[in-house]
Amino acid sequence: MKADRGQLRVDENECKGCGLCVEACPPHVIALSEGLNHHGYRTAKYAGEGCTGCGMCWMVCPEPGAVTVLHLVAATVQAGGVECTGN
Amino acid sequence: MPEIGNTYEVAFERPKSMYAQFDRKEDLQHTTHYCAGCGHGQVHKLLAAAIDELGIQDRTVLTSPVGCSVFAYYYFDVGNVQAAHGRAPAVATAIERSRPGATVISYQGDGDLSAIGSAEILHAANRGENITVIFVNNAIYSMTGGQMAPTTLVGQRSTTSPGGRNPATEGYPLRMSELLATLEAPVYIERVGLGDNRQIAQARRAIKRAVENTTKRLGFSMVEVLAPCPTIWKMSPVEAQRWVKDVMEKSYPLGVMRDRVKDAEPKPEPMVAPGLAEIPGLLGIEAAVPGEASRSGHRRRGKAVHLGVRVAGFGGQGVLLLGEVLAEAGLEAGLEVSWLPSYGPEMRSGTSNCHVRLASEPIDTPLVTMPEILVAMNEPSLRKFDASVKAGGWVIYNGEEFPAELMREDVHVLAREFTREAQALGDPRVANMVMLGALLELAGVVKAEAIHKALTKLVKSPKWVELDERALARGRVMAREEREQVSRGCGVMVG
Amino acid sequence: MHRQLMKGNEAVVRAAILAGCRAFYGYPITPASEITEAAATLMPKVGGVFVQAESEVAAVNMLYGGSSAGVRCMTASSGPGISLMQEGISYLAGAELPCVIADITRGGPGLGNLGSEQSDYHQVVKGGGNGNYKTLVLAPNSVQEMADLTRLAFELADRYRNPVMLLADGFVGQMMEPVEFAGKALEPGTPSWAVTGERETRGNMITSLHMKFDDLERHVRHLEEKYRCAEQLEARVERSFTRDAEIVLVGYGIVGRILKAVVAEARAAGLRVGLLRPITLYPFPTSEFRAIASHARCVVVVEMSTGQLVDDVRLALNGACPVEFYSRVGGNVPGHDEVMALVTRLAREMDLQARLEEMGVAHA
Repeated sequence: MKADRGQLRVDENECKGCGLCVEACPPHVIALSEGLNHHGYRTAKYAGEGCTGCGMCWMVCPEPGAVTVLHLVAATVQAGGVECTGN
Repeated sequence: MPEIGNTYEVAFERPKSMYAQFDRKEDLQHTTHYCAGCGHGQVHKLLAAAIDELGIQDRTVLTSPVGCSVFAYYYFDVGNVQAAHGRAPAVATAIERSRPGATVISYQGDGDLSAIGSAEILHAANRGENITVIFVNNAIYSMTGGQMAPTTLVGQRSTTSPGGRNPATEGYPLRMSELLATLEAPVYIERVGLGDNRQIAQARRAIKRAVENTTKRLGFSMVEVLAPCPTIWKMSPVEAQRWVKDVMEKSYPLGVMRDRVKDAEPKPEPMVAPGLAEIPGLLGIEAAVPGEASRSGHRRRGKAVHLGVRVAGFGGQGVLLLGEVLAEAGLEAGLEVSWLPSYGPEMRSGTSNCHVRLASEPIDTPLVTMPEILVAMNEPSLRKFDASVKAGGWVIYNGEEFPAELMREDVHVLAREFTREAQALGDPRVANMVMLGALLELAGVVKAEAIHKALTKLVKSPKWVELDERALARGRVMAREEREQVSRGCGVMVG
Repeated sequence: MHRQLMKGNEAVVRAAILAGCRAFYGYPITPASEITEAAATLMPKVGGVFVQAESEVAAVNMLYGGSSAGVRCMTASSGPGISLMQEGISYLAGAELPCVIADITRGGPGLGNLGSEQSDYHQVVKGGGNGNYKTLVLAPNSVQEMADLTRLAFELADRYRNPVMLLADGFVGQMMEPVEFAGKALEPGTPSWAVTGERETRGNMITSLHMKFDDLERHVRHLEEKYRCAEQLEARVERSFTRDAEIVLVGYGIVGRILKAVVAEARAAGLRVGLLRPITLYPFPTSEFRAIASHARCVVVVEMSTGQLVDDVRLALNGACPVEFYSRVGGNVPGHDEVMALVTRLAREMDLQARLEEMGVAHA
């Protein structure tokens, strides 16, 4: 299995569920949650895989820290033990 | 078997120049006060990211406006100054001028910038102030609940344009970027949008570029950002974002409106301030000469002096200068003095007059309502002030024909064509000095040496000083001749 | 230093620079323009900032910016311009920003005329902006006081973190008298609260906004407390023959000078007349007025307005002494003979009449 280039963390406490990241995400790996957070918002939810690390969700998100995007810098692949380094 | 161990590093996160928790906010200190999907939140993040990337957090001063972004200081961990509605460019101007090492950013909305603050933004831009202006345009007054702004689109409904903005009565959307781009001074003006990913990415680049210009002291930069206001527009955040791209952009085309960054010279470095000891000299404040007595009236010995003079004529006759030389000479002679001009439009044309007092005691009122000597340089002035002269005083009149109806039993008159005398000396403009010479002779309060000192101080050209001296001497002679003819005595003013 | 002849308006700028003022934001208006002109010439020489603003509204907001940045700064204007500045003055007081504003008063209302009046008393002393605030107001009556009170104005502005206004009439601004600049050139440090664009001040914030009701109440009470302190400490007057005065004349600025001449003439005529000249209009020298009420039989307020200062005099006296009022407006000045006539009439109406007749003073 190839590692995703990016990863996404959503702070559910900070997200207001505007949905702009859902709309912006090129690989469409963000959706709004079914349930509500304690403020009453449906919050952004990462599908868990497929993030390219492009940062668009971060850029469109109006809350300063609701979205954090990570980049893959070192991946170890189970089969061959090949290491690749990303930026 | 090797373990799965992918390593990730944070690439996009809360900008460092935004607070981790918003302690200045009353409650819900983990989120902004902005509505879900608000353009301000997006612009805040892009601006903070630019500040981070340029490494200027410590030197950044942000002026926040009135409007939804009034609370920008809740969020930006930089120096913060909150300004009155529309006035942020004036506030930013003053901060930047006195703190040229600071990067001053004026954050403003469209009601703030394009309506109430239209003068301040225009002139800050025209002066080429070294500031960045972030202009968030959502085509409406949001904080006050959705009233029409100058930026509201044609036909757009608002609480104050319930039938839609009608250009026949409410005009057209004001395109501030295009307007300011007509000015010479600005270095960079661009309009960007928050309508889709590509626009937002461009907004990020533009904001960074503007702030970078400011850090390099290149001059005025502004980025106008077309931003969604889902709440007031009554749309979902995604609908509002689309509306920016599909509708707003038609009235407000995106793009660079002005860019002379490449050719722009950085603002000159401020001069090194002079030392404190140099300041009085730079202000023209005279230092006391060691050994020379202070020019204080109380030190003067001899007879008491109390002289009130009114000088009047038409503008250009040197009325005020005559008075000034007299006052300056009085000061040189160790007397208390005051000089009070008529001022205003009279200064430019028509009549002009001044009050001068010389006294051996501190002067109470500088107004001379009953002069001991009236110097009337023309007939209207004589008619205006003749009756006010104190009994026993003198009228020095520029004319040989003294109007009979103005003749007073109790006042001496010296009536001569002083302008003609001046002409004979070389220039009719020294008539005032001939008359001053006569006045000094009659009053007898100031010695020639003091007059010379006063003249050289007030009259810069040696040629004119020389002519003025001759004029003064001529005036003295004329007064002496007159006094010799008048049997009623002399020196009435002194005592 | 050395006494030199200078206009009041020119003295203001020199005194300001000596007091450490390094920024001036101006907009021309008669009869205050010489202040702006002198600042344009002198500020650059001393490494200071001069900006000709696009309006008085911009000028006062530049004060807000300059003061926020921790710089001693000032502006000058006249009636209509001061009206435009009132918005900014309220913000300055609310944000506790020190600065100095000179009002060289002209005739009003509206454009009025260019003559001298004292009709800005209410808008300057009572404040024309919104909210619970005060400005400290100094009223010079000579070129020397234009210099001395400008220096004092900067000290008070910093001490109270509040705008201080210099309220002078057109005469005091326009006239020339000898002036001596006392005291050395100052270089005040940057206040700790300023926003300077440096690491040390990054956490600082300037605002007049306090969203929580309790926060704003606390803030307004804090301002009120400052004003109470100023009322205790800063009231200033000039007294002249008030100790035994039966008639006390009251006037500020140029009127104070005219009244001094009246006092001299009245005393020469044997009338017990004195002068109480407020130098601070806010804080109002209330206790000085209470003190004269013990022996004065009449207080005569003379103003170049239809009666603004007189309200404060009446409040201070609180009925303890009858108050007469005399005024000229429109650019006209209360002549010293006019006031003398009033004093003579009052003296006659009171039982000073007998003494008057004794002295052979003619009926006015």
